[in-house]
Amino acid sequence: MENATCFHCGDNCGNHVISFQEKSFCCNGCKTVFEIFNENDLTCYYDLQNSPGATPKEIEGKYDFLSQENIIEKLTEFKDGALEIATLYIPHIHCSSCIWILENLNKLNPGISDSQVNFGKKTVRVTYNSETTNLKSVVLLLSAIGYEPYISLEDFNSGKKDVNRSLIYKLGVAAFGFGNIMFLSFPEYFEVNEFWLEQYKPLFRWLMFAMSLPIVFYSAQDYFISAYKGLKAKILNIDVPIALGVSVLFIRSTIEIMFDLGSGFFDSLAGLIFFLLTGKFFQQKTYNFLSFERDYKSYFPIAITKIDKSGNENSIQVYDIEKGDRLLIRNEELIPVDGILINGKAKIDYSFVTGESQTVSKQSGDKLFAGGKQTNGVIEMEALKSVEQSYLTQLWSNDVFNKNKEDGFTNITNTISKHFTIAILAVAFIATTFWLFVDSSKAMNVFTAVLIIACPCAIALSAPFTFGNLLRIFGKQKFYVKNATVIEQLAEINTVIFDKTGTITSNKDSNAEYDGDLLSDSENIVLKNSLRGSNHPLSRTLYTILEEHNIITLDTFEEHIGKGIEAKHDAVNMKIGSATFVGSPNTSTLLNTTVHVSSNNVYKGKFTFYNSYRKGVSKLFNQLKKHFDLVILSGDNEGELENLKKLLPAKTKLIFNQKPEDKLEFIKYHQSEGAKVLMIGDGLNDAGALAQSNVGIVISEDVNVFSPACDAILDASKFKQLYQFISASKSAIKIIKWSFVLSFFYNVIGLYFATTGQLEPVIAAILMPLSSISIVIFTTIATNLLGKRLE
Amino acid sequence: MSVIYILLSVSVVIGVIFFVFFIMAVKSGQYDDDYTPSVRMLFEDELVKEEPKPTIKTTKNN
Repeated sequence: MENATCFHCGDNCGNHVISFQEKSFCCNGCKTVFEIFNENDLTCYYDLQNSPGATPKEIEGKYDFLSQENIIEKLTEFKDGALEIATLYIPHIHCSSCIWILENLNKLNPGISDSQVNFGKKTVRVTYNSETTNLKSVVLLLSAIGYEPYISLEDFNSGKKDVNRSLIYKLGVAAFGFGNIMFLSFPEYFEVNEFWLEQYKPLFRWLMFAMSLPIVFYSAQDYFISAYKGLKAKILNIDVPIALGVSVLFIRSTIEIMFDLGSGFFDSLAGLIFFLLTGKFFQQKTYNFLSFERDYKSYFPIAITKIDKSGNENSIQVYDIEKGDRLLIRNEELIPVDGILINGKAKIDYSFVTGESQTVSKQSGDKLFAGGKQTNGVIEMEALKSVEQSYLTQLWSNDVFNKNKEDGFTNITNTISKHFTIAILAVAFIATTFWLFVDSSKAMNVFTAVLIIACPCAIALSAPFTFGNLLRIFGKQKFYVKNATVIEQLAEINTVIFDKTGTITSNKDSNAEYDGDLLSDSENIVLKNSLRGSNHPLSRTLYTILEEHNIITLDTFEEHIGKGIEAKHDAVNMKIGSATFVGSPNTSTLLNTTVHVSSNNVYKGKFTFYNSYRKGVSKLFNQLKKHFDLVILSGDNEGELENLKKLLPAKTKLIFNQKPEDKLEFIKYHQSEGAKVLMIGDGLNDAGALAQSNVGIVISEDVNVFSPACDAILDASKFKQLYQFISASKSAIKIIKWSFVLSFFYNVIGLYFATTGQLEPVIAAILMPLSSISIVIFTTIATNLLGKRLE
Repeated sequence: MSVIYILLSVSVVIGVIFFVFFIMAVKSGQYDDDYTPSVRMLFEDELVKEEPKPTIKTTKNN
């Protein structure tokens, strides 16, 4: 029974196993959830998946704000009489059991009529009757069974989101038209010259014309708009030759069938647009469960408890906080504004802001910054600023957050399209001039044929299919990239900047080194056992690092908050804690975190904590140093300087004490000198730098928890493969260049037919899809080979 | 041979009907979540467990 795991959540039960119905639970919370399910015949939850649950957290009073009418209104997406529908984001959704239990909520609360899970988005859409239940009880029920919804300030502003499905519609229209036009042009392909078919030719042709209308004017409209915009900005983007080709195809085909000159190229036209839109569709890869656009709003609560002058507690919206308001911050709540601590023992976890996992203790009168999380009971604070003016949130007023990184970036397709368009126009004019002298009746035919056959469908497809496929391969490797442009920009990087804490160091574990007189065995036992009793984060860390010792019962054990522990066993009386508490003779201020130890009032030595670097950091830097300038940009002090110097290649620049704005300015400066910067960070303090950099990647221990706005999210376990990802992006550019060569080859064949005046509709109908399909096959195979190398 | 008019109109009408169905399907949002339904459809059996299957048992006993 020693390693019993909790029936509900799967955690190790440790020494305090709670048994209930012959099942073991790690805590009362888990047992309660089991009881709830058991009473309601919902234990199937445990059959679908082993230990699927989460321990419910203490939430008393946390959701009081949900009884306020105006907040309910913001959170519900539909309201009609007593019927209300709300979509709640639940980060814990992870398996089929979760779907099952959440879709059976009506068994637990009869007021809920329907609940539907979207697994990809990790949301549950709850329909309930607001007369028999309310949003607050729904949320409390979810929290009680371990599915606490995450309600943040972001939900408050977004309201009802519209899904943009226009691309699917356009693709649908094009596919419909393409299939039917192909079908109708079959008789023309074989030139059967059968009497009745000749008879119905005009009918077939006008039907094709009718079907091509929605394709040209609806499906293809984005290409015309983009080409117009490009020309207006004096840029020959890839959409210019496409729009030109489409218009020439449509006009020439219409004229041909009007004057009975031929069958027109409606099949090629429909196929062209269908393939182009397929490429566009393929390039869209969205990770529903990730968001690349987060700012502080997704971290902040919607409402907070305010204490008015007569001492009453009210929930108020975070945006309504004014200077001078007294706020009550409960355990595990986020501080929404800068303020001063009035009451209570504050232990603030700034990991959201800095990535630093160590909590900071504050005394009454100390300043508290927005973004910190209280971890030790209830505190009272006075607001000094409103939400938008707080130190952390002010960072978002910087212009970089409104800039779109794709603007001003010329992608590889548009770079080539400039030369391509000019070349094609030149060929068209030369060939036309030639035919004007030889056979002027063919001149117009040749001119249009060149523009039709040269329509750069294959070129336009190269990048979407290469990047689209690579996005999926990266996604499988737990490197989640926002869009195709990011891969392209990643290939151009020449400078890599790392944040330190949480990025190259791991938050999960840190190392401690002992420095001082050797401790005796009995002292070691007492040390280990007294740490065992303490909940201080440093004690917990040290406890896990130290060797296993027998468990003994201490004679006395006393924890002095903010100072240390005093423990006694037999003849050993130990003090563990801060330098002054233990009585360290050496009072020189050190930059590193230390824990001092004394035995029977004799100072023994100290444990110094060092960051523990991620595995493979050194190797990664050595791989990167050949190709990139490397910089470490840290918000911390210089305590780790020596360690880093040992670990990293000599040319790595190490810069410490950087505030969020400093990081942003540093990158801006280097960009002005021509650097293409890849920023790798993790916390909100890197948000500015991530936005300013050419590519911002966030390292995340758990991709489901929140990370700041960025271009890509990299799972921490894949950190050491960063170099492989960058070189894969570079290879992708090579693949695209090769497929350009391939499509030029097809163009040369097509141009031969066009310039010699032999372009029949059937040749166009074969050549254009053939070139597109071979590009798709080539890029897909090449990127898959690239993906194989990544594994 | 004017039967071709009927054939043509039938083929186009069928095409249009399917196209309209497609648009309706997209609009209803059933392509927005392509994972959950695949799991959900496996659950029907467990739901019965709440009421201990009286109908099935009686039929078996007979």
